[in-house]
This record gives sequence, C-alpha cells and structure tokens, in this order.
Amino acid sequence: MADFPFIKVQADDFDLTTEVKGLREGHKDIGAVVAFVGTVRDINEGEDICALELEHYPGMTEKALESIRLQAHERWPLQSSLIIHRIGQMQPCDQIVLVAVASRHREAAFEAAHFIMDYLKTNAPFWKKETLPDGEEKWVDARISDKEAEAKWLPKNP
Amino acid sequence: MLDILYFASFREALGQSQEQLPLASYKTVSCLLDDLATRGDAWQHALSANPNLQIAVNQTIADRSTQLNAGDEVAFFPPVTGG
Repeated sequence: MADFPFIKVQADDFDLTTEVKGLREGHKDIGAVVAFVGTVRDINEGEDICALELEHYPGMTEKALESIRLQAHERWPLQSSLIIHRIGQMQPCDQIVLVAVASRHREAAFEAAHFIMDYLKTNAPFWKKETLPDGEEKWVDARISDKEAEAKWLPKNP
Repeated sequence: MLDILYFASFREALGQSQEQLPLASYKTVSCLLDDLATRGDAWQHALSANPNLQIAVNQTIADRSTQLNAGDEVAFFPPVTGG
C-alpha cells in the first residue's frame, strides 16, 4: 500500500495540539492554521446513538484522501495539510476526523479546510453504522446536503 | 480473474465481503452486474435496481460502462458517509 505521510487512517484517537505542532514543524512562513475536528454526536436524525462503527475501503481510502488533499494544494497556496480519519468502534463525544491546513494567510486556510471536509464527506469510502439504545444497528444514509456542499466548490459556468 | 469486493450494507445484504470470478465474458462492469443480479433478490436489489450503487475499479470511482481487464479489483458499495 502506498505511503502517504499526510494521511492517517487509524483506530486510535488523535491529539490536536500534537498534530498541529507537527503540521507547523519546519515552516517559518505559516501565518494561519485552520483545524477542523469532527466528533460523534449522541443524536442523529432524532434518534439516540449509543455507539458508532466506521468501516472503510483499505487502500482506496488513503488514495481518495490524498487526492482531495492534493486538489486543495492546487487550488490554494498552502504550506502544509493533514487529514486523520478514525475507523472502528467509537462512542458519542469521540473525535472522528481531523483536517488541518496551514498557509501564509487565513483565507486560504479557511477555504481549503472547508473544501477538504466537503469533498471527504462525499468522496472518501467510509461508512458509518449506528447502534441505537435498543441494540438495533443501522447504516447511516448519505445526506443530500453533503452533495450540495460539495457542489458549491465546482467551477461555475459563466 | 477479477477480485470483487462488497462494503458496508452491501457486504451484509449479500453475505460476503469478497470473491474472485473468472474474467470470462465480463467486458464491462455492466456485464458483471447483469450476471451478479441473477443470483437472487438481494443481489438484484443491491446491484441492479439500485440508483445509489457506487462502483470503483482498481480503487478509482467508475461506472457501469467501465471496461474490465484481468486482475482488476472491482468494488460495490452504497454512498459514503464518513467525516
């Protein structure tokens, strides 16, 4: 499997401070760091959630995330970026995903982090399964709003 | 041979995560899907009558018209829900 140093797909939790420090290391020209952390809610579509399981497609996941990261670097002047996505069993309040982006100025970092998350939601092969209070397990349905969020980054026709 | 992978709700509905099939008459993903759909209702429902079917060939998003070659890895899965 190809090694992408700025992509981590892991069962373990991550530490935001450590990861941002690593992102900034060796760069003296960074003026802005934007980090997005996605966490597990205890309620989804009106139902209580007791646990969440994340399945993925090993190999394709890493490629898809690296492709999204590189697209962000093509669109904005970024010094560095990092994507961490957890897999396996999680509980409400756990961290699931980190997208951290560093640039000279804040606008590029804000926009690139937003772009990476929107694309990750609709293009990276992860699937969530929720466990409800009665023990029932349920695959999460994709949201139309996520497709709309992705579409806003597409080039606009004149 | 082709390596076929099934993920998430597809893996559960079809009762398997992977299998190997001889390339034989599968020129495109569409031919492969037509054949798999004859296995029964669950297959028909997941792969043939499903407008949300997602397809990847060699770990890149593909579609029904994508051509297949020996050794290809073909994956079928529902819309993704990470993040």
